[in-house]
Amino acid sequence: MSPRHTVWLVARRELRTRLRAKSFLIGTAVSIAVLIGFVLMQSTLFGGERVTRVGLSGQAAAISGPLTEEARARGIDVVVSTVRDPAAGESAIADGDLDALVTGTPAALHVVVDESLDENLRRALNSLVQQEVLRAQLATVEDLDPDQVLATVGDATVDVRSLRAPDPTHDERLAMALVIVALLYLSLLLYGTMVAQGVVEEKSSRVVEILLATVRPWELLAGKVVGLGLVGLAQLTVVGGVGVVLAAVTDVLTIPGVALGTLLWGLLWYLLGYLFYATVFAAAGSLVSRQEETQSVLLPITSVLVLAFVMGFGLLSRLPNASATAVLSVLPPFAPILLPGRLALGTATAWEVVVAIVLMLTSVAGLTWLAGRIYAKAVLRTGPRLPLREALRKS
Amino acid sequence: MLRVDGVTKRYGDVLACDRVSFDVGAGELFGFVGGNGAGKTTTMRIVLGVLAPDAGEVRFRGAPVDHAARRRFGYLPEERGLYPRMRVLDQLVYLAELHGADTNAAHRAAEQWVARLGLREHRDTEVQRLSLGNQQRVQLAAALVHDPLLLVLDEPFSGLDPLAVDVLVEVLREQAAAGVPVVFSSHQLDLVERLCDRVGIIKGGRVVAGGTVAQLRAGSGSTLVVDAPAAPAGWAAGLAGVTVLGVHNGQTRLRVAPGTDDQPILAAALATGPVRGFTHQHPSLAELYRDAVGVDSR
Ligand SMILES: Nc1ncnc2c1ncn2[C@@H]1O[C@H](COP(=O)(O)OP(=O)(O)O)[C@@H](O)[C@H]1O
Ligand SMILES: [Mg+2]
Repeated sequence: MSPRHTVWLVARRELRTRLRAKSFLIGTAVSIAVLIGFVLMQSTLFGGERVTRVGLSGQAAAISGPLTEEARARGIDVVVSTVRDPAAGESAIADGDLDALVTGTPAALHVVVDESLDENLRRALNSLVQQEVLRAQLATVEDLDPDQVLATVGDATVDVRSLRAPDPTHDERLAMALVIVALLYLSLLLYGTMVAQGVVEEKSSRVVEILLATVRPWELLAGKVVGLGLVGLAQLTVVGGVGVVLAAVTDVLTIPGVALGTLLWGLLWYLLGYLFYATVFAAAGSLVSRQEETQSVLLPITSVLVLAFVMGFGLLSRLPNASATAVLSVLPPFAPILLPGRLALGTATAWEVVVAIVLMLTSVAGLTWLAGRIYAKAVLRTGPRLPLREALRKS
Repeated sequence: MLRVDGVTKRYGDVLACDRVSFDVGAGELFGFVGGNGAGKTTTMRIVLGVLAPDAGEVRFRGAPVDHAARRRFGYLPEERGLYPRMRVLDQLVYLAELHGADTNAAHRAAEQWVARLGLREHRDTEVQRLSLGNQQRVQLAAALVHDPLLLVLDEPFSGLDPLAVDVLVEVLREQAAAGVPVVFSSHQLDLVERLCDRVGIIKGGRVVAGGTVAQLRAGSGSTLVVDAPAAPAGWAAGLAGVTVLGVHNGQTRLRVAPGTDDQPILAAALATGPVRGFTHQHPSLAELYRDAVGVDSR
């Protein structure tokens, strides 16, 4: 019997056991429901409040105090900083480290933004300019024509320049990015944990002894990883597919093509991410012999996933163009969650994707080797938790 | 058929197996006896390839045992274990397939063993819902379901009710009759004596005695029961080749070393008064075992 057949037999058992379980159907249904809610709420959810970072350059530095007050009165939260070099300010905007750069005199402010200026901030700045213009008009008190003053003041607005054309689909893309980030996070966490629990179940029930009398440790590990991975892939495909179709037919999304692309990238990155995490989860699971100990031994791994998820939400909605976002999204532990989000936003470049995939495959190969060793060594050991040091030692 | 040759395994300071060697022929029932921690389980795990030996090798049908050969072995581990949430029949079919049976053969064999071991009404029950006794039966079926070429059973009788013991004895005899070499370990020496063609006694990782029960007896002399009611205590002390095992109701039990002439013993007994009985008994396996391992029984 070929190893491939053995792996398939093991995988098939996982598939049958999980697909037959009620929890799979319930899990899928709940995910779809959450996703629908998410899609329907998207516009309200992501316009949410946030800190706006404004850089002031040259004479504009004088409006620092008034701007902060004006903004507070309008209920927006601004952080004002002074920018020496306007060129540096512009690149900070391009990187997403700054939201708006204000230059010029207080009476004729110029604003540079990445895509578009926040409406509340625009009103606050306009009001500052108008106050300044009014003050100037009132200073020349001799020939005051009220109508003309009002007209002049009314015409005085900030001059806004965008570094990039505003993207009308940005909100939709952001919603999709956050959805795919959430889905990938949940899938990787859920199915990774299942791999670990499966390993611990085989250990704690001692069935592993008769299994290893007929299959090799790596065959057992591979079968489990493949089987659960396919279950996860099936679930993600169903949930994602239903989401895309629903969003398209209800006109919530005007760009179904992008949504489909996002889903396909998401599925690819699920596979890569699952391969990255699953064997690590399995190796961690093999260190313990009792279900109760599973949670603690998995904590370091789940923490990385949680970190990737939290960063995904934060970075994609606030700093989508920051270079830090780009770098993090290419690194293997975060790429499976961050990069699909950036692909949905349309901010990832082709070479970033290539680099991320190469890094990912390299680390998958290394980790599989390492995790396979730990697993083979630890899976037959019963009793107290095996220290990682010992599991790594040459036998 | 099965040859264990100089198998050695060390765990830190403990030498679990120390050059363990024995043979089991086709159709032979081999009993492996020894105290707790003697090294039985370790030896069996090495035979099954679950553990790798530090030295020595295991051969089957003349060739070193490889993965393909092990696939055809049947194993009942000391620490029993099955998937708790899997149904009995599914579990057996799965294990048969893992051992290389095709789907149809796996189903047929699983059904057959379920019926044979009286599990028919439980075939669709999850293993965790079965009584302990029935779980043992499923475990036994798991060792047999792929028509093994060799059976290795670690403490198969422990935890069985008397009825299940009878079933197991019958199954083991049947397998042996079909030519399968059977190795099993047990603490129940009377069972081993009744069942086994040959016995290996292991102590502290070393095989200290081995052979048929008759051979072990030949090597250890016999037990002589002398009924001499008038004999004073200590009458037999000092006789050449004789150890006094005990005195009970005027009957003295003596262990007579192999090759000792029993007539001087009879003469000494007659010298004390009337002798109403003078009987040779075969020592039981339990007695032989005690001789072999001494007082310290690890
Ligand atoms: N995994 C292990 N780690 C350390 N020592 C072990 C391990 N397995 C067995 N031993 C030791 O090896 C010796 C033989 O054990 P074992 O083969 O289980 O004996 P038996 O089955 O005859 O009771 C014992 O002293 C036991 O403590
Ligand atoms: Mg044992």
